[in-house]
Amino acid sequence: MSIRERLSGNEAAAIAMKQINPDVVAAFPITPSTEIPQYFSTFVSNGQVDTEFVAVESEHSAMSACVGAEAAGSRAMTATSANGLSFMWEMIYIASSMRLPIVMSLVNRAVSGPLNIHNDHSDAMGVRDSGWIMIFSENNQEAYDNLIMAHRIAENEKVHLPLMVCQDGFITSHSIENIELIEDDKVKEFVGKYTPKHYLLNEKEHIAMGPLDLQSYLFEHKKQQAVAMQNAKQVILDVAKDFEKMTGRKYSFFEEYKLDDAEIAIVCMNSTAGTTKFVVDKLRSQGIKAGLLKLRVFRPFPGEEVAKALSHLKAVAILDKSDSLNGAGGALFTDVTSAMYLNKNSVPAVNYIYGIGGRDTKADDLENVYKDLQEIAQSGNVGNPYRSMGLRG
Amino acid sequence: MKDLIEIRWHGRGGQGAKTASLLLADAAFNTGKYIQGFPEYGPERMGAPITAYNRISNAPITIHSNIYEPDYVVVVDDTLLEVVDVTAGLKESGAIIINTTKDANYLKKVLKGYSGNIYTIDARKVSMETLGKYFPNTPMLAAIVKVSGIMTDQELLDDMKGSFKHKFAKKPEVIEPNMKALEMSLKEVKKI
Repeated sequence: MSIRERLSGNEAAAIAMKQINPDVVAAFPITPSTEIPQYFSTFVSNGQVDTEFVAVESEHSAMSACVGAEAAGSRAMTATSANGLSFMWEMIYIASSMRLPIVMSLVNRAVSGPLNIHNDHSDAMGVRDSGWIMIFSENNQEAYDNLIMAHRIAENEKVHLPLMVCQDGFITSHSIENIELIEDDKVKEFVGKYTPKHYLLNEKEHIAMGPLDLQSYLFEHKKQQAVAMQNAKQVILDVAKDFEKMTGRKYSFFEEYKLDDAEIAIVCMNSTAGTTKFVVDKLRSQGIKAGLLKLRVFRPFPGEEVAKALSHLKAVAILDKSDSLNGAGGALFTDVTSAMYLNKNSVPAVNYIYGIGGRDTKADDLENVYKDLQEIAQSGNVGNPYRSMGLRG
Repeated sequence: MKDLIEIRWHGRGGQGAKTASLLLADAAFNTGKYIQGFPEYGPERMGAPITAYNRISNAPITIHSNIYEPDYVVVVDDTLLEVVDVTAGLKESGAIIINTTKDANYLKKVLKGYSGNIYTIDARKVSMETLGKYFPNTPMLAAIVKVSGIMTDQELLDDMKGSFKHKFAKKPEVIEPNMKALEMSLKEVKKI
């Protein structure tokens, strides 16, 4: 029997880490993810985990310590937000290119400047091409479940890539909500023991990790990373299937909410998907065929599957909680629409930049997007595809 | 109780409005409800106006926005009445609960014609008489439970007894005064 609890998103992430009991956690506090290492360090002090907790002096060192720990052959985790992730930037790429399955809890927050501590996805979008698997979470339950599944995906020998589990800063990280926890022993059995094939502290196999890699090999190594990212797709599905057997909770690349008979739909990630479900229910009660595609797995990007799931629509809106500042559209919009083009899906598509710096995402705003979609579906005319939702003036 | 109840708390930093919203979420959770309890984080300082929210439902809650059309508003500090638009979006079918000793005429005037129910409680008196110190959050928690009917008086008392025992494990002497504050508040909250 699962355990009925009420926890904030940060508490849920910390409890998942406690149950995983990794060999090493290295972290530096930054709002709004600070509570995760704070709670975890309490578990360490109380002897509830036997993790080596490294209270580093910066995020660059946090990721460096995780890289060192994983390279040595142990399981390492960290948590950060926004500028903390920016400060890890150099080591983020080192972690993925050394094929180290580090797991990070990323509590999404706007990257400065100007200084803002609230939620958007600019931190995550900044590392979307760094070779990390990126999984997004609607609420505390998903932030927890995704962490429990994380090591099985990242450490799979066909994958061997680092993985970050994202959730919205404050909106879910600091909101107390109901959650179903899994018993400690079940989590332990599900996550399993980490036994890497190659590691630095193996006295029987002397290897070098992360040495100079010039014209003759770097290209091949990058190709291996790309193949690993493609391999991750099947592994993510396999792990989700096992997770469903244990908990009854079903996960895939994305969740389709009232999408199969929908005429208009929104594509978005994290907590906004929950508010969109509320709006979809309201519109459905008025006879409007609205639907939602909540993307869970952003990297690897399940382009073909997304394009197929949207192919029957009359119009689709893709919501980006970060502006790529390219003058053309957000990152999710670009990925979704290019996947649609490649899969011969010509449904009219429009992009909304929204929720920047913690601007609250209201149900009314989402309802207006569906109204716009009805107009686009009727006229077939997208007009300006690069729009804003909830912007003043 | 109707299927979904939405509550907005207005207080000043340091008075425990956020804590009260979390305590209410806890108590409702313990009676089997689905709950949300979250503050609106701003540049928080002692004494600055703060807002916190609760959603309490019989079904899972997916909406993750702030609350714009609450069923109930709780005002922990009556000096906010002339500073913050406390009845903004408040449903006429709902109610506002204010910690105050001000008279009905004044309240009706500052609430700008709000036609829903107005309840008051002197949380300072309750708190001083039972706890000997001014902690308005426990009285306000009892007041919102009484007015909204989220749970029965007895369910609240039983649940809070357990919570206080846990919370004040190292200060057991304050459990009884806090229970008295709850009981007294359940009786003191009055409709004007």
